[in-house]
Amino acid sequence: MLEKLSARIFLFCALLSVVSLLLIVGFVFYKGSHPFVAEGYSFFDFIFGMDWVPSEDKFGIFPMIVASLFATIGALIIGVPVGLFTAIFLAEIAPKRVAKIISPAVQLLAGIPSVLYGVFGLAIIVPFLQNNLGLVKGQSLLAVILVLAIMMLPTVVTVAETAIRAVPKMYREGSLALGASQIGTIFKVVVPAAKSGIMAAVVLGLGRAIGETMAVILVAGNSLILPTSLTDSVRPLTTNIALEMGYAFGTHQEMLFATGIVLFSFILLLNFVLAKISSKGGN
Amino acid sequence: MGTTVIERNEEVRNSKQTNETAKINVKDLDLFYGDKQALYKVSLDIHEKEVTALIGPSGCGKSTFLRSLNRMNDLIDGVKITGDIVIDNENIYETNDVIKLRTKVGMVFQKPNLFPMSIYDNVAYGPRMQGIKSKKELNKIVEESLRGAAIWDEVKDRLKTSALGLSGGQQQRVCIARAIAMKPEIILMDEPTSALDPISTLKVEELIANMKKDYTIVIVTHNMQQAARVSDKTAFFLNGEIIEYDETNNIFSMPKDQRTEDYVTGRFG
Repeated sequence: MLEKLSARIFLFCALLSVVSLLLIVGFVFYKGSHPFVAEGYSFFDFIFGMDWVPSEDKFGIFPMIVASLFATIGALIIGVPVGLFTAIFLAEIAPKRVAKIISPAVQLLAGIPSVLYGVFGLAIIVPFLQNNLGLVKGQSLLAVILVLAIMMLPTVVTVAETAIRAVPKMYREGSLALGASQIGTIFKVVVPAAKSGIMAAVVLGLGRAIGETMAVILVAGNSLILPTSLTDSVRPLTTNIALEMGYAFGTHQEMLFATGIVLFSFILLLNFVLAKISSKGGN
Repeated sequence: MGTTVIERNEEVRNSKQTNETAKINVKDLDLFYGDKQALYKVSLDIHEKEVTALIGPSGCGKSTFLRSLNRMNDLIDGVKITGDIVIDNENIYETNDVIKLRTKVGMVFQKPNLFPMSIYDNVAYGPRMQGIKSKKELNKIVEESLRGAAIWDEVKDRLKTSALGLSGGQQQRVCIARAIAMKPEIILMDEPTSALDPISTLKVEELIANMKKDYTIVIVTHNMQQAARVSDKTAFFLNGEIIEYDETNNIFSMPKDQRTEDYVTGRFG
């Protein structure tokens, strides 16, 4: 009797997350697809429309998609090399004592609430950009990129470091015994051997960047324009939802859900890529 | 019996003065892992274009000794070495050019450790690291090395496929090819056949016999028959010391030290 009951409890807990996922996805898709299914709005105009003016019934999110992509790619361009080099340093080069200090510090970075990253960005990065680049307003794509790059570091470093440490010692010995230098060994043998794990690190970092909302709101500037330079004020997908959901109703609210669908699709795609990569790494 | 050790070492040292073909000259080598001493005053002359086998029970220091010859022990934290290892009149612990040393002294490991890349890239790895870029030259080196390791015919049609798809025995011979590609003068082998089946083992042994004319080979082995089959000279290690070092025939047929006799006849170890 007790056996059966406890098995049920475990099952219930296990199902809880699946049910939550289905509910959230179902709800977002139901609400988000309503304007296109029932109200005659064009999905094409939604994705590729340049103007977002809810009061005039204009719902185009193309500038936000572009802003999200640029911000994510920019963050990757900075965050991935820095993260990867940190991981290499920790796993291969740093003396144990040094690694013991840096490793927890990097992991602690992951525990900082995202709003604090935003505050940090607003207080330090934004004024810095404003003063040094002579901008009217420091809130910009570049500020978003910098904040996101820092935020993805712990993910990239931790996952990549684990992957690098998992490379068998015999590869390193084999390479060094052939007269390769330590750095040569790292880049020609160790990193390629850890490739799938490093790719996973990149994709996870990417997921973190594209979904981040709170920190981005504070430093993005949130202007509804198609970004053409790094110093433009931008509004990524996440911030659009967070900024307007509080007061939106009717079609406007549904369009914000639709924005959520687009965001969710990006993340789903990433997860799919990640699953592909890790299954390949297993072979 | 202790006197035997000293006598032998004296003999080895004396022979060095008269015999100029000593390729590697080791003198009073002590090695410590932290506080633990692994080698005690090891002295040994290894001659050019001969196969020298290092035998002894597990943990006797023979692998440690082998790895001192190309400074692979440098990779381990807390290793301290005193004494001299002189190769071609150069003390290898006095130069800082470890890369040059390891180019000259190649190594084949216990388990095949090919990189997860193609057969071709594995063999071309060392030469590329040395800056050889010409495709023609690399092709030539790869073919020569694989021929030298008696594996060319088996892999020539699949050079661009992953090296990890080969059998263990084939992988080990590609490892030997990879070492040969560096045009080394000395090749160290750390139990190269212990992970292989008998037929692959035989092939590697034949290969070693053939390679002797071009290279000085030092091989660590657990397999007494293997030492007897492939080597010219044999050194018997016990607890970090060389107990006896002589012509392989003498070690196996008329060892001078009781402990050597006990070991080669299988009474312990």
